[in-house]
Amino acid sequence: MGETILSVDNLDVSFQTNSGLIKAVRGVSFDLKKGETLAIVGESGSGKSVTAKSIMQLLPKQSTRIDSGSIVYGGNDLLEYGNKEIEKIRGKEIAMVFQDPMTSLNPTMKIGKQVMEGLIKHNNIRKKEAKKRSIELLTEVGIPYAEERMNSFPHEFSGGMRQRVVIAMALACDPKVLIADEPTTALDVTIQAQILNLMKELQKKTGTSILIITHDLGVVVNMAQRIAVMYAGEIVETGTLREIFYKPKHPYTWGLLQSMPKMHQDQSVPLIPIAGSPPDVSLMHDGCPFAARCPYVMKVCHNHKPDQTQISVTHAAACWLEDDWAPEIKQPEKIGGVSNS
Amino acid sequence: MGRYVVQRMGYMVITLLIIVTITFFLMQLLPGTPFSNPEKLSERQLELMSAKYGLDKPLAIQYMTYIGNLIQGDLGLSFQSEGRTVISMIGDRIGPSALIGGQAVVIGVLCGFILGVISALKHNTIFDYGSVFVAVIGMSIPSFVFAALMQYYIGVQWGLLPVALWKDYSYSIMPSLALSAMVIATVARFIRSEMLEVLGQEFVTTARAKGITEFVVIIRHVLRNALIPVVTVLGPLTVSIMTGTLVIEKIFAVPGLGEQFTLSILVNDYSVILGITLFYSALFIFIVFIVDILYGILDPRISMGGGKKDAA
Ligand SMILES: Nc1ncnc2c1ncn2[C@@H]1O[C@H](COP(=O)(O)OP(=O)(O)OP(=O)(O)O)[C@@H](O)[C@H]1O
Ligand SMILES: [Mg+2]
Repeated sequence: MGETILSVDNLDVSFQTNSGLIKAVRGVSFDLKKGETLAIVGESGSGKSVTAKSIMQLLPKQSTRIDSGSIVYGGNDLLEYGNKEIEKIRGKEIAMVFQDPMTSLNPTMKIGKQVMEGLIKHNNIRKKEAKKRSIELLTEVGIPYAEERMNSFPHEFSGGMRQRVVIAMALACDPKVLIADEPTTALDVTIQAQILNLMKELQKKTGTSILIITHDLGVVVNMAQRIAVMYAGEIVETGTLREIFYKPKHPYTWGLLQSMPKMHQDQSVPLIPIAGSPPDVSLMHDGCPFAARCPYVMKVCHNHKPDQTQISVTHAAACWLEDDWAPEIKQPEKIGGVSNS
Repeated sequence: MGRYVVQRMGYMVITLLIIVTITFFLMQLLPGTPFSNPEKLSERQLELMSAKYGLDKPLAIQYMTYIGNLIQGDLGLSFQSEGRTVISMIGDRIGPSALIGGQAVVIGVLCGFILGVISALKHNTIFDYGSVFVAVIGMSIPSFVFAALMQYYIGVQWGLLPVALWKDYSYSIMPSLALSAMVIATVARFIRSEMLEVLGQEFVTTARAKGITEFVVIIRHVLRNALIPVVTVLGPLTVSIMTGTLVIEKIFAVPGLGEQFTLSILVNDYSVILGITLFYSALFIFIVFIVDILYGILDPRISMGGGKKDAA
């Protein structure tokens, strides 16, 4: 694959809360390549959004502590940027689409103005030009009568239309990287497909790299070339779409794949939920975060954190089962997007 | 919108009518009559006086007469001040009250706004705790305590401002300050909580993600949304100002409406009590009405009078 545009290395993020320190993200590393789509998947609370927001310094300053790590973009560590510098990155170099289009637009500001805001800031253009460009953008993302709709307020739009507006806003300044945090979770299925297709189309035109966050494997299959599986603040497995779906190595990934409904799946095959619930990240200890729920757990898992084992150039998993001396175990039979029959 | 306004006006008139009715009959429960207080009148004199003011007629007739006059804009004559109409008495007294009430609102809203915004932006820091402390003080200590403290220190000890009476503008400063404490506290608390709520909303993060400066985010996205619900405190504030003036005007000997009101209650001046009650009520209802209209203008999500806003 091509060159790396964004590189997150060994990121540690914790929150100071009344009930103690929450280590939401622990030692997360991944690269995003030019023009590709990387999906981060994982259960609710696994730290996907925190990872995404830390890239643009969008976490609450007062309670957030970035304990270590680097986020390199364009040769510089974004974590070391001050306010003025990160403002130049936000929206211009890296843009973000949020989960819920019902809440991610300002309810008292006309949508035209909201789209124009970033354009005026970054492109140093006049209002009139910004307006023209905004109308073009809204048309591009499929909003009919864009010129009239510039004067509408968010509540006058449906959820799908709002998400189109949010995407138009994000793409306004031709960002090199688009971070989409569960962009379709709040939308109904037909609209989901439309929005995903829209993002793919726009990516084809502009060559933007996309980091998409989701817990929907359908979205992953539809969009991504590579996948990072996150569990309890850590990335437990990364690989290409094929590798993760056909040759998953981490027991959590197996569980994740088994618990997902698949299209064309025989209805009689029951979904298998992962037993137990995610650990309390404030009480994390030294071992593998999945140890408590893992059906293949060994002694070592409880006390020692497994390193990432490189399975292929693109595929790595953090699991003791991949260690040389680990016992051979039989993977569950039917996993992944396609049953292996 | 037009229809909405007309409809609201109708409700306002009905509300006022109910208030007048309740006050009219409640007043009968006041001990004594307008003529029982000052000097002893003979039986005959009392009868003559009662006849002159219509107090010898049955209550229902008195009520009907009052309402009839009210509709023609006539609030009647004072029972105590010979030959003075209630309207002219209110007119004479409204100036000082409006001045100190108005100043209290301006001072209170400005200071409260600043305190509230600082509090929210510096959430959970010493600044926040400081302004919350000020707000709690303003909320829990009655205005007459402030008044007395100010009179003692500012007026007597340091001799900066006159202690009481009403001669020139400087006499209005201390009463306004004493009244404003409550306003500062209310506004500060309200703005703080509204801003904190808005700051936690996703669209603020969206705005930041666009790369606009934090200052613009606060002004354009946070404040605008936080201030909309704040207009609703104007109603309760009016009430606390009105009740506040009853006490404050007495303490500072301000010849205002509040002072007249307490005076009239003491001497059973029925028509003046009714008139001032009506005036206060009308003012309050009017302000609530203005707040509703303002809310509709400020918040695009609210459409008034069934005006349709279509969803795409
Ligand atoms: N501002 C914050 N203060 C304290 N804790 C936080 C904060 N933001 C997130 N967390 C905690 O960090 C952990 C990870 O949250 P995050 O939002 O990244 O999860 P997620 O993977 O995006 O889940 P979801 O799929 O529900 O969006 C959670 O335990 C959450 O409670
Ligand atoms: Mg999330």
